[in-house]
Amino acid sequence: MSHHVGKSVTRVDAFDKATGRAKYTDDLCEKNALVVRVVRSTIAHGFVKSIDISEAEKVPGVVKILTCFDVPDIKFPTAGHPWSTDPSHQDTADRKLLNQHVRYYGDDVAAVVAEDEVAAARAARLVKVEYEVLPFVLDVQKAMEEGAPQIHETCPGNVLKHTSNIRGNYEEAIKEPGLICVDKWYDTASVQHCHIENHIAVAHEEAGKIVIVSSTQIPHIVRRTVGQALGIDWGKIRIIKPYIGGGFGNKQDTLYEPLAAWLCMQVGGRTVKIDIPREDTFISNRIRHAERFHIISWVRPDGTVVARKVDLYSNQGAYASHGHSIAAKGLNAIPQLYPVPNYCGNAYTVYTNRSTAGAMRGYGMPQASHAIECHVEDIARALGVDSLEYRRKNVMPVGFVDGFSKNELYSDTFNQCFDKAVAYMDYDRKRKEYENQTGDIRKGIGLATFWYNTAVWPISLEHSSCRMVLNQDGSVQVQVGETEIGQGADTAYAQMTAEILGLKDYRDVHMISTQDTDITPFGTGAYASRQTYVVGFSISQTGNILKRKILEYAVELTRCPLVNMDIVDSNIVRTTDGRVLMSLKELATEALYSLSHSVHLTAESSYQIKNNAYSFGCCCAEVEVDIPMCRVQLKKIINVHDCGKLINPQLAEAQVHGGMSMGIGMALSETLLWDEKTGAPLNNNLLDYKLCSTMDHPHLEAQFVENPEPTSPFGTKSLGEPPTCPVAPAIRNAILNATGVAIDTLPMNPHVLFKRFSEEGLINDPWRKEN
Amino acid sequence: MAQYMLVKYNLNGKDVEQMVDVRASLTDMLRNDFRMTSVKKGCEVGECGACTVIINGEAYNSCIYLAVWANGKTIRTLESLMGPNGELSDIQQAFIDEAAIQCGFCTPGFIMSAWEILESGKEYTDAELRKLLSGHLCRCTGYENIIRAVKKTMYKRLGKEMPE
Repeated sequence: MSHHVGKSVTRVDAFDKATGRAKYTDDLCEKNALVVRVVRSTIAHGFVKSIDISEAEKVPGVVKILTCFDVPDIKFPTAGHPWSTDPSHQDTADRKLLNQHVRYYGDDVAAVVAEDEVAAARAARLVKVEYEVLPFVLDVQKAMEEGAPQIHETCPGNVLKHTSNIRGNYEEAIKEPGLICVDKWYDTASVQHCHIENHIAVAHEEAGKIVIVSSTQIPHIVRRTVGQALGIDWGKIRIIKPYIGGGFGNKQDTLYEPLAAWLCMQVGGRTVKIDIPREDTFISNRIRHAERFHIISWVRPDGTVVARKVDLYSNQGAYASHGHSIAAKGLNAIPQLYPVPNYCGNAYTVYTNRSTAGAMRGYGMPQASHAIECHVEDIARALGVDSLEYRRKNVMPVGFVDGFSKNELYSDTFNQCFDKAVAYMDYDRKRKEYENQTGDIRKGIGLATFWYNTAVWPISLEHSSCRMVLNQDGSVQVQVGETEIGQGADTAYAQMTAEILGLKDYRDVHMISTQDTDITPFGTGAYASRQTYVVGFSISQTGNILKRKILEYAVELTRCPLVNMDIVDSNIVRTTDGRVLMSLKELATEALYSLSHSVHLTAESSYQIKNNAYSFGCCCAEVEVDIPMCRVQLKKIINVHDCGKLINPQLAEAQVHGGMSMGIGMALSETLLWDEKTGAPLNNNLLDYKLCSTMDHPHLEAQFVENPEPTSPFGTKSLGEPPTCPVAPAIRNAILNATGVAIDTLPMNPHVLFKRFSEEGLINDPWRKEN
Repeated sequence: MAQYMLVKYNLNGKDVEQMVDVRASLTDMLRNDFRMTSVKKGCEVGECGACTVIINGEAYNSCIYLAVWANGKTIRTLESLMGPNGELSDIQQAFIDEAAIQCGFCTPGFIMSAWEILESGKEYTDAELRKLLSGHLCRCTGYENIIRAVKKTMYKRLGKEMPE
């Protein structure tokens, strides 16, 4: 039946983006908007004792300066989660609009509202802040030690949350004689999303409401959090989300929308713009949780893992944001990917004085996939067996069902993905060839796998609403709450709508890309790689309602029984003989202008999704390691994904490319650094923080295995985040294959390699011996 | 010190005059005074390439180019690549066809640098193309389809088959 779904059609927004016409938040901002500059703390931890704004106020163009002593005494949550009406599941509310207790270097202490950027920046520099300085802590385990600086009064010991995942009896199981113990630590780094459009929010008052245009992934959620932060009714907030220049999870958080709204209210409802500079984006938005894993596996000589212990320490930074959900997801993923009878898992999410960690593409799974896929490689090496064969034997078996999510592995997906990667890379031959190399330049090949959820059910609400409106010409407008953030969601929605309604051309579906919480049906936004899956339900349900209304109207016009009619290629067709009875356009025009029975044919419905689905894939990478230079060059790489049926193969491939690139950065170069002495950020700019450029990777190969997902009306499941998950461990395992050295710290940059290669005696470090 | 200065230059084929703040960047002037929405701000310090425009035939980061320096220059933004009847240029069409566009924020800058590369009439190797485009950052595409769009257009203009 597929006519539109499964085709590589052009993006619905491609023309506007290729011509510069697509409007982003700043493009919509009035020229006379007041400009905000946030004054940031210059200490990592302490209290603001006083703020002197007398000099700053004298700067011409300054309209108002507000400080942490002026803001409402309300703490609010920022996480882009659906709200829980159960107080025990609500997100932690631990920050104010501006903070007197500052918890990271760069915390928001005051805000200057001025007529232009120059005045705002000059005044911000003249704001004098006096602090009571407190000790700070950057390391996650040090923050858990007794006597560590206390970061939140409400959280003694700094552990925001601790959860366990216990199966079987670990302590008993490890008593079995003859077990081999593999005991290792793995560290991932703090990295940032680096969407090219910085976060920006513009607020003004209109019709008694506060209207905020924002670069956000989650307009309906932000409406709620702004209401909570300001203590005003949620209906008085209106969020408009135009095109956004990337999000990757950073904009799945409430960032500066509440502050923009509040400042707007302080200047009589005039338009106020907060456009966060790149340097501040790195420190004052969100970052990926740096996670430290301690994994101990007890293995029989035949490879059977009898028991596994995982301790996961997740560095939350200064504020809770998405908090423990990220570490918990990783902790619970490990025993699903490699089921073991006795599992003892503990995850700790711990406040530190780093920048706040939140959602980032993969939501804890790139970290967990990294740790377990390094560990599995290390087990295979300890046993002296081929690691790919080891994976094939031990990975989640076909028919596996997760008790909690009811996710099921229906097909032999893992092996199908491995086979495609192996064939493309010539893996088996190279793996052998690269054993036991000598010399300065060595080659290696490695592989890693992962699974990923689709959507967030049953952890929290999964809901999508859709509105369809038929135009006189037989085209339709479609609105959903799930946002286009660059991934191509609008195009997938248009294809799915055209499919369900039987339209001739997917371009007869006009996606209303902008979400406006006063107008757009409720939907929670772009996250969890949920969009295509969850909107698939609401589009198919709403499309079928509209289609039935159209055909019921066709009964009036044609007298043909409803059961004998369908819409095919935008025509009303008698199914018994295929005759075209009338065009959809004729019907739609008649419906609106009929003197006997005029009706506006529209449909709107909500669908609550109580399913979830496993998405799978693997990465295989080949590297060349220059040992004296401690440098890794990526030579060849492939990701293979099973995300069910592809809605748009070309766009799916493009998404995989982007995820691979982010994974390569995480593997080899990206890390945010803080000064151990002051807690100040050291590389919060795009030169010193090294994300991949065109020079940093070879051709990115993306392939697919299309096992249809039975729970989805379109056979599809998650793809947005998954590509980032397996890349870093595949590269790490390739370096191990090349050099025999396990690099257990990310990123695997020359600094880390130098240390490890000298420890392993591959290179001489003259200073090391003296020390 | 004079706070404002009159600059006269040619913008997208039209002679224009504008009083500008002497501290303003070319990005500021093009966005604020001429509403050239293709000129994007991603870093404002010449790191990301999103603000790239063509000045006298050469691609520049307009965010680190003072507006007053535009005086007497010929400046082209992405808006100028479209023909008088709304026809897309070959490189814009290639970006669309090759799915080289995702969030679209880096797209105008990339297309302007690609335009400079293509106007040279030279045939570049993959490595050279990657180097020539390395001043632009993109977080969505992994650059894969962007490179292919530029490469395809280059070979098309050269009248040659694109090698695999």
